[in-house]
Amino acid sequence: MAKYIFKRILTAIPLIIVITILCFSLIHLAPYDAIDAMTTPKMSPEMVQMIREKYGYDQPVYVQYIRWLEGILNGNFGYSIVTKTNIFDELATRIPNTIKLVLPSYLTAYVISIVLGLVAGSHKNKWLDKLIDGICSLWIAMPTFWVAMLFIYLFGYKLRIFPILGMHTVGVNTLSDFLLHFITPYMVLTLAFIPDNVRYVRSSTITQYSEDYVMVQKAFGASKAEIMFKHVCKNVLLPVITKLGMALPTLVTGAVITETVFSWPGIGPYFIKAVQGMDYPIVMIVLILSSTLVVLGNLLSDILYCVTDPRIRKMG
Amino acid sequence: MAMNHSQKKRLENVWEALKHDKIAIFSIIFLALILILSLLAPVLPLEPNKTDVAHMLEAPSSAHIFGTDEVGRDYLARVIYGGRVSLLVGVLAMLMSVTIGVTVGILAGYLGGIIDGILMRIVDILQSIPWLILVTVISIFFKQGLVSIIIVIGFFSWMEIARLVRAEVMSVKEREYVLYADFAGVPLFKMVLRHLIPSVLPTIIIAATTSISNAIMTESSLSFLGIGIQEPLSSWGKLLQSAQSNLQNAVYMAIIPGLLIMLTIFAFNKLGNLLRIYVDPRVMDAGK
Amino acid sequence: MKENRVLTIDNLTTTFESHKQKIQAVRGVSLHVDEGDILAIVGESGSGKSVTMKSVMGLLGENADVQADHLELLQKDLLSMSEKEKRKMRGKDMAMIFQDPMTALNPLKKIGYHMIEVLRRHQNLSKAEARKVAIDMLGKVGIPSAESRMDQYPHEFSGGMRQRVMIAMALCCQPRLLIADEPTTALDVTIQAQILQLLKQLNENEQMNIILITHDLGVVASLAKRIEVMYGGLIMEEGTTEEIFEHPTHPYTRALLHAIPKCESGCRERLEPIPGMAPSLANPPAGCPFVTRCRFACEECKKGIPSMRAYSDTQSSRCIFTKEELDEKEKKEEEK
Repeated sequence: MAKYIFKRILTAIPLIIVITILCFSLIHLAPYDAIDAMTTPKMSPEMVQMIREKYGYDQPVYVQYIRWLEGILNGNFGYSIVTKTNIFDELATRIPNTIKLVLPSYLTAYVISIVLGLVAGSHKNKWLDKLIDGICSLWIAMPTFWVAMLFIYLFGYKLRIFPILGMHTVGVNTLSDFLLHFITPYMVLTLAFIPDNVRYVRSSTITQYSEDYVMVQKAFGASKAEIMFKHVCKNVLLPVITKLGMALPTLVTGAVITETVFSWPGIGPYFIKAVQGMDYPIVMIVLILSSTLVVLGNLLSDILYCVTDPRIRKMG
Repeated sequence: MAMNHSQKKRLENVWEALKHDKIAIFSIIFLALILILSLLAPVLPLEPNKTDVAHMLEAPSSAHIFGTDEVGRDYLARVIYGGRVSLLVGVLAMLMSVTIGVTVGILAGYLGGIIDGILMRIVDILQSIPWLILVTVISIFFKQGLVSIIIVIGFFSWMEIARLVRAEVMSVKEREYVLYADFAGVPLFKMVLRHLIPSVLPTIIIAATTSISNAIMTESSLSFLGIGIQEPLSSWGKLLQSAQSNLQNAVYMAIIPGLLIMLTIFAFNKLGNLLRIYVDPRVMDAGK
Repeated sequence: MKENRVLTIDNLTTTFESHKQKIQAVRGVSLHVDEGDILAIVGESGSGKSVTMKSVMGLLGENADVQADHLELLQKDLLSMSEKEKRKMRGKDMAMIFQDPMTALNPLKKIGYHMIEVLRRHQNLSKAEARKVAIDMLGKVGIPSAESRMDQYPHEFSGGMRQRVMIAMALCCQPRLLIADEPTTALDVTIQAQILQLLKQLNENEQMNIILITHDLGVVASLAKRIEVMYGGLIMEEGTTEEIFEHPTHPYTRALLHAIPKCESGCRERLEPIPGMAPSLANPPAGCPFVTRCRFACEECKKGIPSMRAYSDTQSSRCIFTKEELDEKEKKEEEK
């Protein structure tokens, strides 16, 4: 197993390197010069040249790439073209905000999905299953931002029970204020995460129920509850748990749209604003960050899988 | 291609399933209606761009059954013309992604070896970038507008189709009659194509319905975020963007396009599920 | 009613309903198992042999409708039992093992877990006691170093070994009736013989009564004491093994016997496949189900299902012709 994990890590590294090369090339393709981020039009050409040399922009492309990569690894993410602010500092305050919103939503959705998926899957084609599956397919068809808008209208404008924008009322920094701001986007996001997960759990429950061992268990006198909780449950949950790893990138980019609608000070509005303003350095950093997380998430998921599944665990 | 017995039987299965599924019937009627309205829009007495400052943000009434928007344009006309754009993006982006996906899938599966390796690594890389981020990033390299949004969505949503087609090609290639055909002197490529198309066509059709739903959803998200369709063109997502600022006094502006997006995507997904019965008759028993 | 009767099935029918279509898988089967019996149910796939026994066990899904005049296991009426009571009998009074031992065990649970679970479900044992019994059982079915094997997962066992585990699981609560559904079909020929030998030993030494479901007459010959030949959801012929092999009466039984290679006679005899296909169970023909493939069929055969004709205390056959008539027809055909 150790050998497998080691091999798996080895294949992940080149993938990440290729992604960074891709991003770097995109930056170079982009119709802007990295030097613009550090200079102002008022500076003299000599001064610009000095800065250019200082940061190595006169070097060949591959040297620039290595310097750039080195910088990223050291947390030097560069500066925004538009606001000239340090991207790393900005992300350091925004990512925790995003996690504060996404993590509780995802975990809530996760638990609800497992329960609903198991219930639907074990009642295949009964009314309960049809109801759950029907709601899921309807919900999947709804754009998240639309749901967010309707929630804002309902809770913010009509019922006036929750504030509609941001994470805090300006100047107020209490937990209850945070929670009031938190609850609507939390609901929207939780609901957005549920349908896909329910479907996954449901279909894997159905697959497990059609396995021979379920019939064998029945033939040996197992009750429905025993089959469900002692056998099917574990077999369904194992892949579901390992799938958690794949949710890693969701922590950062899982709520771009919801955050934007609610002006939640996370990575979403920051990224969208950067895209609208053609703020390349920010866009590229988000791109690298999120795709690295995808690769790492898949890696984590694979490792979890081979740690938990006995069929793979004992292999070389 | 002549229809053989089993294909006929499968079509009968689809028909049988359709007859008992009211939601599927509704979906097909709904899609047909939307499609006809979109096609006929230019000949209908609709003026999506005529402003009327005397009737701004008017709630639905007999004069304007969907109300008017913030500059007094008839919202029904806006919605129909918006639907035209949304559907156009959906269909063209789907055609593009299916074309690329099928080509890459056949090349990778048929040629194998290094080319397969390279193509599949490209798929891996493109798939390891969160999709919304990828499309957003690419969209800034294009001048914003209708054509670029179609290209962006179409060009970066072919990966799953390529995977499916590749798997199908590889399995066809391994089948005995194809191997024998090689002995018999029939060119392998011709053989693979002949057996490939019938076996991969249903997969493609289903992928196409999913692809349309995804494209419509993505277009609406991008337009909503202000990086998709630009004025004076409009799409359902774009309409929702302007609805956001009038949410408090004109909620119908948000509800109508959203409902249409939802129903359209739902209907396309339903259609895909129905076709799945054709591909895999077992689905019928699974009741999905 | 005989004292030593283990299982009585009287006129069992099983109908599946799917998409408003009724499929009659079993159309009135009657049979019985006595103390010490090994009864084989022989038939092609789709003949209803497996469904019959699954109906008795109560293993079919909710779309199956099982009816019978009489269904009795160990003097207890299965028809009037609640689902809970029936569940308690499964694994304890009757157990069933299946064709594919590769998929019959939960891949994520250890062998020991499977065994101990069954033991503790039906008997009041502590974990340690159950473990001891389980190890005993594994040893009894011929699994070497049973103790350490307990903590292994199913994928670490070969197919034959897994089937032994299944049999050990079935043995755990010493059920009076073991139903073996094609227990050797998925195994290699040498392993097949070992498993059959094991079943025979269990019948002799553990007083286990066995119903063997199979399509393979070779398997039957070496093991069964009595045979039921099934076709199209009906029993076509029944008799002792000797009667069926030496004096088959029903045309279907004869055809089956012609279809197995007889290597004792030097492999010179031509194998005769049975022409045609098994009848559709959705719209079964009104008459004898074998009519379309029977070489002796006549118009009379299509009119109604023939009743069983008894030839001895043990042998009877469902054909409108008597054995003598069939013998004569066969002879005439050969002369041609």
